Amino acid sequence: MAAVVQSSGQDPAAGDSALGPFALFRVVFQRDLQVGLRRWTDASNSALFFILVVTLFPLAVSPKADVLRMLAPGVIWIAALLATLLSLHLLFRADLEDGTLEQLLTLPYPLGWMLLAKTLAHWVMTGVPVIIMAPVLAITYHLPASAVGILTLSLLLGTPTLSLLGSIGAALTSGLRGAGVLLAFIVAPLMLPVLMLGARATDLALAGEDVTGPLYLLGAFLVLAVSLVPVATAGAIRISAD
Amino acid sequence: MSAVRGRGRAPVAALAGVPEVGVLAGEGLTLWRGTTCLFEELSFVVPPGSCMLIEGPNGAGKTSLLRIIASLTVPECGTITWRGRLFRDEVRAGQVRLAFSGHALALKPELSARANLAFFARLTGMSGQVGAVLERVGLGDCAHLEVRRLSAGQKRRAALARVLLSGAELWLLDEPQTNLDADGREAVAVAIRQHLGQGGTAVVAAHQVLDLAAAPQSRLMLGEA
Repeated sequence: MAAVVQSSGQDPAAGDSALGPFALFRVVFQRDLQVGLRRWTDASNSALFFILVVTLFPLAVSPKADVLRMLAPGVIWIAALLATLLSLHLLFRADLEDGTLEQLLTLPYPLGWMLLAKTLAHWVMTGVPVIIMAPVLAITYHLPASAVGILTLSLLLGTPTLSLLGSIGAALTSGLRGAGVLLAFIVAPLMLPVLMLGARATDLALAGEDVTGPLYLLGAFLVLAVSLVPVATAGAIRISAD
Repeated sequence: MSAVRGRGRAPVAALAGVPEVGVLAGEGLTLWRGTTCLFEELSFVVPPGSCMLIEGPNGAGKTSLLRIIASLTVPECGTITWRGRLFRDEVRAGQVRLAFSGHALALKPELSARANLAFFARLTGMSGQVGAVLERVGLGDCAHLEVRRLSAGQKRRAALARVLLSGAELWLLDEPQTNLDADGREAVAVAIRQHLGQGGTAVVAAHQVLDLAAAPQSRLMLGEA
């Protein structure tokens, strides 16, 4: 007789399937880095765009040291924000089109957590190069070393928040054609506080004042984004994958 | 023999093969796409260890029905249950695992077949079997090649390998024999038969004749006027 030993869910062939949350995070993160490095031209676009925007300002506005010093925080932060927006549409698109997201949706793992891993991998490939380039470019803007340090720190705290906020828009629009500008309009308003605080922190450092206020706020935004954004992104992905 | 069931409301008769009661059931499913009603008040029951073949012309809603079962698409009304409980909740709670294989094969063209499958195998805890499964689906020799170099049929075989590496009790396969040669089609049929033989359940949308031999199976015709 047919032996149907199929009790509550545990398939004997399955072994122990459940990855712990951190192992799961690492598996998804590594996979995205592995794929992303094969597509390095996509990832390098945002860093190149960042360099382009920042180097154009001295040519168009003024090469004078005091003018550049005044412009630097705003220009570098705006360029970082635009570079983030430029790369966001790639965040989930390939996974949606090739069916990877369908597969992740059918797994018994929390979707938001896996998407957080994907967003972090995306930030490592697009945000970190910007943060590395920023001090170099800031020196060409005649920023003093103390302000360069604060600028880099503010980018380090702020750009992950930008990527996270952007992931909501990317999840909402990845099923749409030509949604790049729409995506920018959806998420840019959410990013404004980060932009203002980041540029303000550098401004204060330039003026030799206390910068802890804006930096703490940037940190608070980052914590808030890490804890709340995955829920929204997961909801949006479920809609996009339908 | 005494079949051990930890949960579920199905009477023991279900395990003896009485077709009225199943592990997987759909009830009152209605799906609209735009202004077209694909199906209305559709119900089905799949007994454990059997396969339900979804048949019907193009556009009849075979893929949509599979996606509804997989909880990827939300129907206008109706529910999918697993042993009497809401299927989606059972999946999220880890009580049942499903393998879904759709038109999109979830393969990254830049990575090798082995690297592609290793990712999913790590997620399902079956990393140790990647090599054996690749051999089994006939990809042993080209497992190291980037997926973009593989033929359409070889990619389809890699998708079958992903299903085999899922360790899932429920397989949802959408046209699994597309692009496959005779040998590959047979491999799909053998894999499904073995899965059913081990007590697994499958729902397959199929155009081509899927020869499951004596394995328990039922048919669901969609799109009948």
